[in-house]
Amino acid sequence: MKSRQLFALACLLPLGIILAAFFLIPLVRLFLIGGGGEAGFSRYFRVLTMPRYYEALASTTILSLAVTAATLLIGGIAGIFLARNRFPGHGLLVAILTFPLAFPGVVVGFMVIMLGGRLGIFGQMTLALLGERMVFAYSIIGLFVGYLYFSIPRVLLTVMGVAEKLDNQLIEAARSLGAGPFAVQRDIVLPALMPAFVAAGSICFATSMGAFGTAFTLAAKIDVLPMVIYNVFTESADMATAAALAVILGLCTWAVLALARLYGGTNVAAAG
Amino acid sequence: MTSSSTSRPSVGVQLETKDIARTFADGTRALKPTSLSIPRGQTVVLLGPSGCGKTTFLRIIAGLEKPDPGGRVLFDNDDVTTTEIEHRNIGMVFQSYALFPNMTVSENIGYGLRLRKVADADKAKRVKEMLALTGIESLAERRIDQLSGGQRQRVALARAVAIRPRILLLDEPLTALDAALRERLRTELDQLLRSLGITTIYVTHDQAEAMVLGDRIVVMRQGEIVQSGSPRDIYFEPANRFVAEFIGAANVLAGPVTDGKIRLKGGTIPLATTQPNATIMLRPEAIRIDEPERCSWRGIVASVAFLGDRQRLTIAEASEQPIHVEASNSVSIKAGDQVGLAVEGRTIRVLSE
Repeated sequence: MKSRQLFALACLLPLGIILAAFFLIPLVRLFLIGGGGEAGFSRYFRVLTMPRYYEALASTTILSLAVTAATLLIGGIAGIFLARNRFPGHGLLVAILTFPLAFPGVVVGFMVIMLGGRLGIFGQMTLALLGERMVFAYSIIGLFVGYLYFSIPRVLLTVMGVAEKLDNQLIEAARSLGAGPFAVQRDIVLPALMPAFVAAGSICFATSMGAFGTAFTLAAKIDVLPMVIYNVFTESADMATAAALAVILGLCTWAVLALARLYGGTNVAAAG
Repeated sequence: MTSSSTSRPSVGVQLETKDIARTFADGTRALKPTSLSIPRGQTVVLLGPSGCGKTTFLRIIAGLEKPDPGGRVLFDNDDVTTTEIEHRNIGMVFQSYALFPNMTVSENIGYGLRLRKVADADKAKRVKEMLALTGIESLAERRIDQLSGGQRQRVALARAVAIRPRILLLDEPLTALDAALRERLRTELDQLLRSLGITTIYVTHDQAEAMVLGDRIVVMRQGEIVQSGSPRDIYFEPANRFVAEFIGAANVLAGPVTDGKIRLKGGTIPLATTQPNATIMLRPEAIRIDEPERCSWRGIVASVAFLGDRQRLTIAEASEQPIHVEASNSVSIKAGDQVGLAVEGRTIRVLSE
């Protein structure tokens, strides 16, 4: 009995080391730095009363929620369609759609500039058509498009994975009872995919909250919190404020994931 | 033309299929042109090995698959060939039951009524009736994952019947259950179908199920109907060797015929046929063990399995292959005994290959 317990403990050891090295120790350190200096732990409340910081937190959260909603809508419909229909080029299409997974945020940001920047395709088209060059890459729209771009594959793959496993007899049974295409989606497909939506949406939200590379490349006019943290850290060398903001960003993301887990079942990945 | 199914919906319709066939995209023929007519209220069992086309046939009747051009499906005189399944008003029970996991037992049963916008009070009443009919009143508010296999089967049936379908289609509804439960539910299902009196098509590969449930059994093989008849006809007068061996146990014996007798390895049996060579079928219970000297056909007992109510004997040397005989439990017999085999002429069935 004793040797079995020892064995179990030995198996736990790698997990314990990883947890300590990459999670607990840095987090505690970060938390302590955020509470250091003259201001002490009151800094956590003070940063939230400063417009620059709470506005950044609010816009980051709103942007992430909007991206999550749009991604779920687009990725969800596409995912269900791709899982339930087979046609020539299906595999290629899925490969192309999931390609952005391989891109770092910086590359995604660069692509948004190519699309909606000062010399972007969209600007050239609007110049030719409307006589005015329209540029959106450096606004919140640019961020939204960039985040959407790298979020869609995650949702697509998760939804496809679950939709492919959906028992086709459930749909046939619903149809035999009189359910048309709309009722089938509403009563059978969507409820079955709900856990996948919650899981994919959570990852999508968490990734958007913490996304840095895209925002950095676009040097957007709006401040997202990861950019603010970077600036505070590099420009003002204010380690304590940067640490406090990082902890707050982490807590907000975690709180939303916890809510999703509470209402959406247990399949939610705790992404960060 | 409106059928009486509108006024007395529970008895269903007369089903007619005309030349329905199904060819898959790769050219395989799952079903050859098949015509079948099922009178109102009858239970017909489609029986055959897997891949014989029975499920395809059922799915075409359901509207889940389209027949090749030229085929027609009629409910009474209503041509439903191009009607989508959701507008056919059929009840269907699937092998996996396909119960909706996001709904309770009651919600599952009431789903078809909800889609038909039946008033809440009427819906509740009908769901209650269905729960009572299938004996699962106590499970009304359960979630599907809290049910056993047998309970799920009942919910699936209650759900299919709740909408008062024109026709009830069951696709191997008992296959997923263990043997003892399957036997019990088979009898229950038979009583239920009889009390409902609804036109029913039941697909199975289990001949015992077919025997109990079918008013008529349609035996299928390689995409076509081989024989259609009452369980009794199919058992005693199989159309060919395939049916004989598929339904129950059968001894199929072949030999030359001379002077009104078929010659086998262990002797001769009187046979009225003009063919020079014949293949005959003898059911194990149609062969009687007798004294060797009193019989023209003999063999040696190879093994005896005592089953309590009867004994199953394997007899060697009577034919090229060992034959099976069901003997009464009172016959005293052991391996190695030489026995006579007595057969009554009317129990012999001459088979076409």
